[in-house]
Amino acid sequence: MSFIAEPRTVRYVAGVDVGTRTTRALLLNEEGEECGRISRETGARPEIAAEQTLQELCIHCGLPREHIVYIASTGYGRYRVPFRQIQITEMTCHAVGALRLFPETRTVLDVGAMNSRALRVADTGRVIAFRMNDRCASGAGRFLERVATSLEIQLDQVGELSLRSQDPQPISSICAVLAESEVINHVTAGKPVEDILRGAHNSIAERVIALVRQVGALPEITLTGGVTRNQGLVAAIEERLGCRVNVSPDSEYAGALGAAILARQRWQRLENSTPASRN
Amino acid sequence: MLVAGVDVGSTMTKAALLDENKQVRALAMVDTGANVVRAAERAFREVLATAGFEDWDVTFTVGTGYGRYRVPFGDLQVTEISCHAKGACFLFPGTHTVLDMGGQDTKAIRINETAEVKDFAMNDKCAAGTGRFLTAAAQVLGLTLEELGTVAGEAKKPLKITNVCTVFVEQEIMMHLARGCAVEDVLAGVHSAIAGRTIALLRRVGLEEEITFTGGVARNPGMVRALEERLKLKLNVAPESQHIGAIGAALFAWERAAHGEVSKRRNNSEGRELASGGEA
Repeated sequence: MSFIAEPRTVRYVAGVDVGTRTTRALLLNEEGEECGRISRETGARPEIAAEQTLQELCIHCGLPREHIVYIASTGYGRYRVPFRQIQITEMTCHAVGALRLFPETRTVLDVGAMNSRALRVADTGRVIAFRMNDRCASGAGRFLERVATSLEIQLDQVGELSLRSQDPQPISSICAVLAESEVINHVTAGKPVEDILRGAHNSIAERVIALVRQVGALPEITLTGGVTRNQGLVAAIEERLGCRVNVSPDSEYAGALGAAILARQRWQRLENSTPASRN
Repeated sequence: MLVAGVDVGSTMTKAALLDENKQVRALAMVDTGANVVRAAERAFREVLATAGFEDWDVTFTVGTGYGRYRVPFGDLQVTEISCHAKGACFLFPGTHTVLDMGGQDTKAIRINETAEVKDFAMNDKCAAGTGRFLTAAAQVLGLTLEELGTVAGEAKKPLKITNVCTVFVEQEIMMHLARGCAVEDVLAGVHSAIAGRTIALLRRVGLEEEITFTGGVARNPGMVRALEERLKLKLNVAPESQHIGAIGAALFAWERAAHGEVSKRRNNSEGRELASGGEA
C-alpha cells in the first residue's frame, strides 16, 4: 500500500441513496464501521440533493471531503450523483444492507415512497429473486401521503393513529388517487380518522405482501426503506403475514448502508490490485 | 310538459331541463363536493330557476352518474353509460362511439343507430388517463383546468411522459420543470400520454365513427387536439359536452313522461300511487 502525503490520514467510504422522496448518505471508515449518517428531502433536483447531503455528511462528521475516497450511489437518482465512483442498483444495496443489520435475513421488503420491492436473498447477500411494483403508487409511501393530506394529518402521525383503530374501514381502491375519494366518503360518513387510516395501512400491507409471496417469503423477513418509520404499517404487515418482521431505526438507511459496504469492498479491491489507481 | 335529468358525477353535478319538444330549456352545474344529496338538490333548483319554473312543473326526473341513487327527487335511475349514449346520439345522430371523460373515470361506449349500448369499457382500477390526471398536472404546474389545453397548444417540442400512474406523473412533471423544460412542452406531453391511454380504451370497444366526446374533459381543447391528432379523425364535441349525461337522462325522462308516467312527487301530492322506479 502506498500512502501519499500523510500516512495517518483516515480514509472513508460513503453510500448515497437518492430516493424519490428522501436522499440518505452513510459513512463507513476503513474498518467498515459506521461513522455517521444524514438525510434530506430529494426534491426535484436529485443532483443538488445528493451534493448537499454529502456536504452535510462531511460537516456532520467533521471531516474534509477529500478523506472520502470512494462513493457508491444507489436509488432511483443514482445516475444523477455527479461525484459517484460507482452506481449500484438499490436491490443489491438493500440486500447487503439488510443482511448487515439482520444476518439471518432471507427476504427483504423495501417499501419506499414510490416503489416497493420484495427480494429473496442468499446468506451472501446475493439476490435470488425479486418482484417490484414500479408502475403505480399503490403499496408505496405516497399512498399514505395522499391519504394523510386528504385527512389533514401529518405523515409522521398516521402510523401511530392507525394503531388506535377499533373498526378498520376498508379502502377498496388500489389506486392512490381513487383512494382519496374513498377516504373523503368515509369522512363524510362520519367514520373515525383512525379507522380510515388503519384501512389505508391495511391496503398497502396487502399490496406489499403480495410481492413478498411472489418471491416466496422465507424467514427472516427484514423491512427496509423510509416507510419502516411507520409503526402502523409494520403492525399491519406483521398482522397480515402472521409473523414478526425485522425492523430497526437503521432500516430506513439499509440502502445507503449497503451502498457504503459495497463501496468499501470495491475500494479495497482497487487498492489491493492497482495501488496507483487512487485519484 | 317539462322533464329533468340530473347527472351526479364525482366532481360536478349537472342538471338539464327539457320541454315537450325535447328542446333544452336550461342547463345547470354545481360542485358535487362531499354531500351528494345537497349537490343534486342544488343543481335541480338552479336549473329550474334559470328556466323560471318550479319543481311541480317537472313531470318526470331521471338521475344518473355515480351518485344517482342519492338523488332524493329522482323518479328513475339510469346508468351514466346509457345516458351518455342517449345524449350523444341526440346531439350527433351519426354517433357510433361515445368517449366520456369525467373527473375520475373514462368510458368508451359503442352504440348502434338507436343509441343502444353494444359494448363499453372503462378504467375502474386507477386514475391513469382520466380527468384526475389533468387535475394533478394543473396543480403541479399552478394552472387552472381551463388554461391547460390552451397552454399545451403553445408547445414547440412536446415531451414524452413515460409514467402511467398519476402520482408518478406529478413527480415526473416536477423533474422536467426542474431541468428547465417549458411548461407548455410538459403539458403537451401530459395530454399526449392521456390520449394514448384513452385510445387504447376506445380500441377495446372497437372504434367506430362518428366519435362523440363527452364529459368535462371534452371542454379542454388540448385534449380534443391530442386525441384528433393521434386518431387522425375529427371528434364531435358539443358546447354542452359536460351536460350530455344530464341531457341523456332528461331524454329518458321525456320517454317515460310521453308514456304517461308522472313523477312520484306529483303523485304523492295528489294522493296517488308511485308511478315507477328501478334501474333502466
